[in-house]
Amino acid sequence: MRLKTLALAFAAALLSTSAMVAPAQAQIEVDVNRGDVKPLPIAIPVFGGAQGAEIAQVIAGDLERSGLFAPINQAAYIEKNPDVNVQPRFADWKTINAQALVNGQATVEGGRLTVNFRLWDVYSEQPLLGLQFTTTPENWRKLAHKISDAVYERLTGEKGYFDTRIVFVSESGGRIDRKKQLAIMDQDGANPSYLTDGSYIVMTPRFSSSSQEITYMALRPEGSSIYLFNLESGRRETLGNFPGMVFAPRFSPDGARVAFSVERNGNSDIYVMDLRSRSSAKLTSDPSIETSPSFSPDGSRIVYNSDRGGTAQLYVMDANGGGGRRISFGSGRYTTPVWSPTGDFIAFTKQAGGQFHIGIMRPDGTDERLLTSSYMDEGPTWAPNGRVLMFSRETPGAGPRLWTVDVTGRILRAAPYPGSGSDPAWSPLQN
Amino acid sequence: MQSFNTKHALRLALVAAAALSVTACASRPKPGPAPEPAPPPAVAPTPTPTPAPAPSATVTPGTIQDFVVNVGERVFFDLDSYSVRADAAPLLDAQAAWLVRYPNVQVRIEGNADERGTREYNLALGSRRANSVREHLVSRGVAPSRISTVSFGKERPIDPGTTEEAFQQNRNARTAIVGGAQ
Repeated sequence: MRLKTLALAFAAALLSTSAMVAPAQAQIEVDVNRGDVKPLPIAIPVFGGAQGAEIAQVIAGDLERSGLFAPINQAAYIEKNPDVNVQPRFADWKTINAQALVNGQATVEGGRLTVNFRLWDVYSEQPLLGLQFTTTPENWRKLAHKISDAVYERLTGEKGYFDTRIVFVSESGGRIDRKKQLAIMDQDGANPSYLTDGSYIVMTPRFSSSSQEITYMALRPEGSSIYLFNLESGRRETLGNFPGMVFAPRFSPDGARVAFSVERNGNSDIYVMDLRSRSSAKLTSDPSIETSPSFSPDGSRIVYNSDRGGTAQLYVMDANGGGGRRISFGSGRYTTPVWSPTGDFIAFTKQAGGQFHIGIMRPDGTDERLLTSSYMDEGPTWAPNGRVLMFSRETPGAGPRLWTVDVTGRILRAAPYPGSGSDPAWSPLQN
Repeated sequence: MQSFNTKHALRLALVAAAALSVTACASRPKPGPAPEPAPPPAVAPTPTPTPAPAPSATVTPGTIQDFVVNVGERVFFDLDSYSVRADAAPLLDAQAAWLVRYPNVQVRIEGNADERGTREYNLALGSRRANSVREHLVSRGVAPSRISTVSFGKERPIDPGTTEEAFQQNRNARTAIVGGAQ
């Protein structure tokens, strides 16, 4: 239940050796917006020093799961342990068709783990990146994810998303009496832990921008409540008491407010509460269902779900409640809108033709694309780089599982969590 | 020599383990735990259970059992709808009459939705259904102060099946006695 405080300071510094100056023009690049490109063959030999094998393995796992990279099996390597301070034998890496090479050296000194690593372009025989990260030895996985992020960013031009966590609802038991516990894990499924004991139903957790605070909804027979939960201190508090159901909580991008739905006499509307003053304002006042609010990354607008037009559709309003207008017009029902952290898309769940889809559209409603289709796909959440989504997928009669899909819809995979899970929420990049 | 060999073997084992786990990482995650057993055949697909024709002699009047057996706790709804159906009104009328007869009883109306909708929308839909039942009971003379409502959305299905019959069962509102009766 208790989470260890992740008190760590990462020092990243470009090495000053002249060999490490990246060439003006990289020879290789990976386009995250074209999912049909063949994954880039990349070699990641065991790093030298403490936990070198595990660090290389975590990096390979991250890059492989992105679908953009194809790590080459270490057994095929001709040059076995390339020294990070020496030019690799490029011919050996060309022979096994590696286009990029990541090698590194870990050292532990004075209770600190330091890892130097290099990213090489095998064909142009140029170094693309040389960085050093330092942390405490028990945080070696986090350090490995930082390296994955650096490699991903250098080769794709987009920010990485590997040093992140997922908060979600872990499900167990039968369908009639399913146990639902709030859980958290690293993006790659490591370090899972429970945040609630399963004695009541939990749903729809969300991270604040600091990623140390979570808001979620708890449902008991007596009614619902919205909780704020601080991961660092373990402090848990409710948003307050309301006469009807409260649900669908989301932080504003600055973490100062929470938008949520309040139900009164069967009618659900969207409210926003200032967390410091605890004063709340009602943003919608239609006799229809208004729920699933999501702030734009600049905090100025909110996309939400309403059935005021007869069926569930997506609407965008100003963050103070004015100027609401519909943005979804396709056939079918649109729910669970989530504004991308990069602002360029809104992801949603669409129900049409007996199937459920995860889709994206521009904030003005144009350019709708359905990325997935199944019996039950629901509840997308964005990776912080706005290029990958996680959601839950249920097959008839079985518990839901976590899946990921990229914005092209071509890289669709089961997430690395072995159990049943729903309502995932992706953290921002960690510090 | 002995210790060197052991070390060597250990290191080889570690390398092998690492290689293995890399392979495991690279492969698609396995489907995971065995799928849950197929749902049992749906219970009687009658959308609205009619109240038992004759009060059971073994049930004490005014008890929870009396309400459940002789009146009925649940009414059912159409897809994405929260209007009380014509075939559900007689049961709600009977609930109201029973509650008027036993004025100390407190009830909680629990709105439910089937799984063919998203979680938050279904919570809102379940609230509407619970409120429709509340309004019906109030219109038949039950004091509003005796009634609370909650929505379980799609979280508490009564039929685990995935057929239309099962979904129909799961679109319901249950009137649960929470006080004033044994």
